Amino acid sequence: MSNPTPNEIPHLLVHERADNVGVVVVEGLTAGTNMLCCVTHDNSTFRLTAETDVPIGHKIALIDLKTGDTAIKYGEDIGKVIVGVSRGGHVHTHNLKTKRW
Amino acid sequence: MTKYSNMTFMGYRRENGRVGVRNHVVILPVDDISNAACEAVANNVKGTLAIPHAYGRLQFGEDLDLHFRTMIGTGANPNVSAVVVIGIEPGWTGRIAEGIRGTGKRVAEFSIEQKGDLETVRAASWTAKEFVHFSTELRREECGVSELWISTKCGESDTTTGLGSCPTVGNMYDKLLPEGITGFFGETSEITGAEHICRKRAVNEEVGGRWYEMWQAYQDEVIFAHQTDDLSDSQPTKGNIEGGLTTIEEKALGNLEKIGRTSRYVDILGPAEQPASGAGLYFMDSSSAAAECVTLMAAGGAVVHTFPTGQGNVVGNPIVPVIKITANPRTVRTMGEHVDVDVSGILRREMTIDEAGEALIDMIRRTANGRHTAAEALGHREFSMTKLYRSA
Repeated sequence: MSNPTPNEIPHLLVHERADNVGVVVVEGLTAGTNMLCCVTHDNSTFRLTAETDVPIGHKIALIDLKTGDTAIKYGEDIGKVIVGVSRGGHVHTHNLKTKRW
Repeated sequence: MTKYSNMTFMGYRRENGRVGVRNHVVILPVDDISNAACEAVANNVKGTLAIPHAYGRLQFGEDLDLHFRTMIGTGANPNVSAVVVIGIEPGWTGRIAEGIRGTGKRVAEFSIEQKGDLETVRAASWTAKEFVHFSTELRREECGVSELWISTKCGESDTTTGLGSCPTVGNMYDKLLPEGITGFFGETSEITGAEHICRKRAVNEEVGGRWYEMWQAYQDEVIFAHQTDDLSDSQPTKGNIEGGLTTIEEKALGNLEKIGRTSRYVDILGPAEQPASGAGLYFMDSSSAAAECVTLMAAGGAVVHTFPTGQGNVVGNPIVPVIKITANPRTVRTMGEHVDVDVSGILRREMTIDEAGEALIDMIRRTANGRHTAAEALGHREFSMTKLYRSA
């Protein structure tokens, strides 16, 4: 865990420590960015490299996720991974789906 | 005592003791075919507000009950000082007028058959003019925070609503519900994915159990009865997906942030039903469509609505000020004219949820005092009736 340098704005916010996805909170995030990530629950921070360009509001995997894994956000189950995605990759409707339908 | 216990605002105290924050003279059509007469009266008499809508004919059973409840609740809302009701025939017109009269406020009714539009508009315009004179002489008086009935519903949600604008509303409820306000949340289909959590947020197991039955009935009667492969591209919406929300579970968890950390709901309400269990937070069985939900909560008696948005829903309501809150910096940048409370600092970690809640409470107080919201200034008056099934 590293403290953010003063005035550095986080690129990625994570709700809970248990989450395996985070949310991009800056516009125009590009592949290769060494993101400052912040867990809002306890303000702890870490670094992660974005694998691709990801739009603001979209999710990034914090660990390698395999097909059948459960995506965790808010510390809760938000659906199942249907196509594997590696750490730093974009998580959205192309690789994550509700378990309900 | 907290810093909010002595908070006051300047409101209009109505005949039944409730307090409004606006002072509308409403021209209310009973049915779709009376819209033209109502709009003509509103054109004749400045300072009145016609509320045209699409329904009110050939409805029956529970659907008709909801129609009456929505019409009566809208007229009865304390943001309305007086009401002219116009319908095609006297029966249903009288029923709605009588319902509103229960509040003690001024109500006049007119029906069109055997007179025609022109004669009806002439007579109704004279009364509407008297109501405007009466209404414009009413003065605001100092009222305690507990007099506020505040509703919430979010729209065009994205991942920033769950991170910022919804927790801002939740923080407001956590601070103001202990001061004795009455609160509303709802959006039955949108709790899907977080129903296990919502059930536990009831004040006790009995209320939580009744909430769960209501949620399950919505699943069975509405969703499963009509579904295709999922929620038919509705949950999440296209806008939600553009904003980064992937699943209904993710959307629901963000949505529930609106009731904060400590708030518990004391009872559940049918659509447009008024609270009867005293102050506290209520869950209203309601559509997740913005205009429909705000219309139902206004009919339930809410006088201020707090509306978190991510991608930028622009909805308003004719009688209730709708306060827009967003944490999405792109929405602030591209459609800032719709935003009342900018909490994008939460995403930059420059603003805490506690500070954001405080900023929202300040905007609620200013709005209650008379500040027009962005939606009011931009003329958003969406009034959408919820219909339960096809008419006869």
